[in-house]
Amino acid sequence: MKELASRIQKGEVTALSITERAIKLAKASQKDLNAFITICEKEALDKAKALDALVKNGKTLGPLAGVPIAVKDLLLTTGIRTTAGSKILDNFIPPYSSTVVQKLEAAGAVIIGKTNLDEFAMGASNENSAYGPAKNPWDLTRVPGGSSGGSAAAVAAGITLGAIGTDTGGSIREPANFCGIVGLKPTYGRVSRFGVVAFASSLDQVGPMCKTVEDAALMLEVISGKDMNDSTSASVATQKWSQNIPTDVKGMRVGLPKEYFVEGIEPEVEKNVRRSIEILKNAGATIVDISLPHTKYGIGVYYLIAPCEASANLSRYDGIRFGHRAKNVADLSELYKRSRGEGFGPEPKRRIMLGTFALSSGYYDAYFKKACKVRRLIRNDFTEAFKKCDVIATPVTTGPAFKVGEKSSDPLAMYLNDIFTLSPSLAGIPGISLNCGYSKEGLPTGIQLLSNHFEEDKIIRAATVIEKNQTDVRKVPYGL
Amino acid sequence: MTSQSNIDKKTIQKIADLAQLALTPEEENLYTEQLGSIVNYVSLLSEVNTDGIEPLVTPTDMAFTMREDEPLKQLSPEEIVANSPDKSGNLFKVPPVL
Repeated sequence: MKELASRIQKGEVTALSITERAIKLAKASQKDLNAFITICEKEALDKAKALDALVKNGKTLGPLAGVPIAVKDLLLTTGIRTTAGSKILDNFIPPYSSTVVQKLEAAGAVIIGKTNLDEFAMGASNENSAYGPAKNPWDLTRVPGGSSGGSAAAVAAGITLGAIGTDTGGSIREPANFCGIVGLKPTYGRVSRFGVVAFASSLDQVGPMCKTVEDAALMLEVISGKDMNDSTSASVATQKWSQNIPTDVKGMRVGLPKEYFVEGIEPEVEKNVRRSIEILKNAGATIVDISLPHTKYGIGVYYLIAPCEASANLSRYDGIRFGHRAKNVADLSELYKRSRGEGFGPEPKRRIMLGTFALSSGYYDAYFKKACKVRRLIRNDFTEAFKKCDVIATPVTTGPAFKVGEKSSDPLAMYLNDIFTLSPSLAGIPGISLNCGYSKEGLPTGIQLLSNHFEEDKIIRAATVIEKNQTDVRKVPYGL
Repeated sequence: MTSQSNIDKKTIQKIADLAQLALTPEEENLYTEQLGSIVNYVSLLSEVNTDGIEPLVTPTDMAFTMREDEPLKQLSPEEIVANSPDKSGNLFKVPPVL
């Protein structure tokens, strides 16, 4: 990414030629991958031409000069349709852009399209998209993961070097893992959510999905920082994460939580994770055993808190100010009910129902409040663990990408897929997932690295060491 | 929290009403079954002792911040109503309320 930006800045290649190539690949891939909901060809080509003109006039562009980027269709883009993967926003044209998109554009990035996702980012397979599921470039019969599945598929297929995803309970790390790329979920509050369609506000976070750790670090530099338009964004200094990343992990303590290495993990997944842990050890790290005793409650806590917050956030879709409106209604109440009933797909409805139930009179203390208390215990587990180690290493999922349709009829089976990514989200800590090998069928399998709040530098360093020392690096079989 | 869920079809209809969500009879049946099994699963939390534990609602310890209350140039009324399915000038149109 740095090399491409530098070549465009020097005028060795034009932003236009690079953008044209990315658009061509994106279009050609659609019938197989369905990675995009909208490809913004005209806007992207105009932007690229404008950047080339600036280069010609001797202007210095930002760190992403002319780099094509795909953005999850959950982030608002001025004048470009933003659907959140839902029919209820099928015709929604935002009048403003999210802070992340503004920052990317200010850094010189060219946004080539809006990527496919599970409706309102609710899902782990992309099968909940109202625009058809995206597919995994490693095996078109398998899911790319979710909810940021289109972003993962686009990067894995080589359409762009980087994409933006969002992660509420694993929606960056899990699809990155299934597609063999790098996904970084920053600390809660590190990146502004202004202009990001809200799902669960105490969990949602925006982050980069890239081919390399360095690229993810560079994109994090561009998008992070305090934003006056998001009161939950943190006033914590950002760093030049992509510069001078150490090539060793001398003195780093890497914790292995016993609750994350349990029966049910496919042998190849565990073998690959353990081989990466050996790499860290050989590069100077000390391996320590740790315990996160409340791990088994993570799914239960998440599947109460996230639906509760979602049911509140999704109450804005009322058919009046924007989005789908039912026809031939008698009164306001019928308008609300039918607009929402017709506009939302099955998963948002399920979560609205679950959240409304858990927040309703008589159940609030037993479900929502109880979940928030156990959430504190889960966070305390991590606080204790980080006294003994700097970074925690775990699998991302129990197995590689599953088949399209394999889990879609059983919501609980789908929820259990997120077992290793949910607890870190509940604790608000950052996590990175990157490829560390392949399954018997030749599908990518990943490792997840976690650190304490606002310590992204540590996981970027450890991930870089693992990445640079991989001996088995394969090319994605899907060719464009 | 009990180990058996108390979700029946009547409960589903009441929740759908609270959530302002029209469900088809098929959806009512489906969600009665699915929410029942999800609620049974999350009832696992009842075995955790949380006596004296404060609920955690936001995961980091950062202080809540506010900005200066200054007028900023924001969207025009035309831009704000542009996405409305039914409008009259700069106003949102709704069916009769009373």
